[in-house]
Amino acid sequence: MTLLLEKPASTVAPPEKAPYWTMRRRDQLAGWLMVAPQLAGIVAFVIVPLGMVGWYSLHEWNVLAGTFDFVGADNYAALADDRELGSVLKATGLFSVGLVVLNLSLALFLAVLLNQKLRGTVVFRTLFFSPVVVTLVAWTIVWGFLLQDNGGVNAFLDVAGIDGPNWLRSGGSAMASVIVVQLFKNVGLNMVLFLAALQGVPAELYEAARIDGASAWARFRRVTVPLISPTILLTMILTIVGSLQVFAQIAVLTQGGPGTSTTVLVYYLYQQAFQFHHLGYGATLSVLLFGIVLVPTVIQWRMRRKWVFHES
Amino acid sequence: MSPRLKVLVYGVLLVCCVPFVFPIWWMATTSLKPVTEIFAFPPSLLPGSPTLDAYRQVFDLQPFGRQYLNSLYIALLVTILTLAVSALAGYAFARIRFRGAGVVFVIVLTGLLVPNEVTIIPLYRMFDALGLVDTHWPLILVPALGAPSVLATFIMRQFFVTLPAELEEAGRVDGLGRFGLFWRVCLPLARPAIGAVSIFTFLHSWNLYLEPIVFLSSKDKFTIPQALTQYVDAYGGPMWNTQLAAATLSALPVLVVFVLAQRQFVEGLAQTGLKG
Repeated sequence: MTLLLEKPASTVAPPEKAPYWTMRRRDQLAGWLMVAPQLAGIVAFVIVPLGMVGWYSLHEWNVLAGTFDFVGADNYAALADDRELGSVLKATGLFSVGLVVLNLSLALFLAVLLNQKLRGTVVFRTLFFSPVVVTLVAWTIVWGFLLQDNGGVNAFLDVAGIDGPNWLRSGGSAMASVIVVQLFKNVGLNMVLFLAALQGVPAELYEAARIDGASAWARFRRVTVPLISPTILLTMILTIVGSLQVFAQIAVLTQGGPGTSTTVLVYYLYQQAFQFHHLGYGATLSVLLFGIVLVPTVIQWRMRRKWVFHES
Repeated sequence: MSPRLKVLVYGVLLVCCVPFVFPIWWMATTSLKPVTEIFAFPPSLLPGSPTLDAYRQVFDLQPFGRQYLNSLYIALLVTILTLAVSALAGYAFARIRFRGAGVVFVIVLTGLLVPNEVTIIPLYRMFDALGLVDTHWPLILVPALGAPSVLATFIMRQFFVTLPAELEEAGRVDGLGRFGLFWRVCLPLARPAIGAVSIFTFLHSWNLYLEPIVFLSSKDKFTIPQALTQYVDAYGGPMWNTQLAAATLSALPVLVVFVLAQRQFVEGLAQTGLKG
């Protein structure tokens, strides 16, 4: 802003006619031209739709019945009366908490193992990471096949003399299954982030702790964890936000069932809007989803400002 | 590390591999089994009498080749467009002090705060009003220009910020303008950032599921993830070996590329993941 105010204090004799396109003016134009596509995209596909969602949420809107009536805050009142919403939020919370805890623990565990100076860790790293590049729905389908009542998992359990449940068709195990499928799909990503963080911990610190007689566990607790805590926080928030957006796995594996035990918020939103054609109520659920995702995202953003915008 | 501990670590690593590797193995081998064999007990790790029947069905029941091309060209186009949009914007935010840059940056960053699922209803209405439902336009334009491209812009900006000012001053002396500095001086140095952005943009587009099932309704327009779930029998039950054959076809090429370039993949993502 101050850029334009400061006049160049030129002591050179005034030129007859300064060219209009000074370097500064050219830069102004270049800057705007360069951000224009991104800015236009964000306005058209984020800002305007966000306003529309807010507007839609104030309407009773059914495409099939052809209604679009302003109802004020009725849809928001309906949120409170929605019997299913309670179980939807519970399922959403269960999925997020379960996934985040398991994902971070396993990612850190694998990263610590791979960080030992052993031969062949690159091979293991590649194997643990490979599900990340497998098409999400392909990965989900093969797990769905494995988790059938007569599928691979139960067949192998049977060989070992264990009678496995019908994983995707009974309440508790359906949720557990969905979490596990997502866990192994993406844990490699967090593992790689942890591995990079672990490699940044100076070896002298471990040496010093060892001389002080700290056990392996104490070194992990007192040296490793504090030093990689920024990465732990970052991966935690990325994983929470990602977990709130889970859709394909639910749609392919359980369609939200049995009952509503795996109906998470995004899936419920999809059902209301695109299967039952309650677009107004769907928009209200979108606002709710936005609010829920906003909390961890804002924390993440603030942390980024703190750690990443180091140039200012 | 003592030899016994080493053996233990290797043992644990091997056991941990099972849930990562076995599903991929099971997917590929089951796709080669005849229908009568896929639920055989005891389960067999290799097909007893391998057959390509399932692969034939993949192409007989749906225009799978076409759907494959759809996914491929959409993902490539989204990747190229995202690179163009994000490199330009990232460069401008990092290196040009233009009026209003701060405000624009905040507006663009809201893209990070709004997941696609939140705006899917109005986006559907918008593309419906434009007559673009059941076309690939929403699957190309929204990711390349909308919320998903913001992370790319952010990563690009973080990269361009680290370049020393002398670099551009030298370019100025050689008579380069802004676009020249961007194209000739800075962009060639941005290969790590370009690599990371390409990988995650391609995978994101390749994996999209909610958007295709909302926007597309004719089979020859489908993308792979959507097509995979369509191999069902007369009762709506999945045709497992056909689904798994199609799944294998969708996963193997990307897996092969990944294994060949795994170092760039993993390390590029780790670096930008930490920075961006």
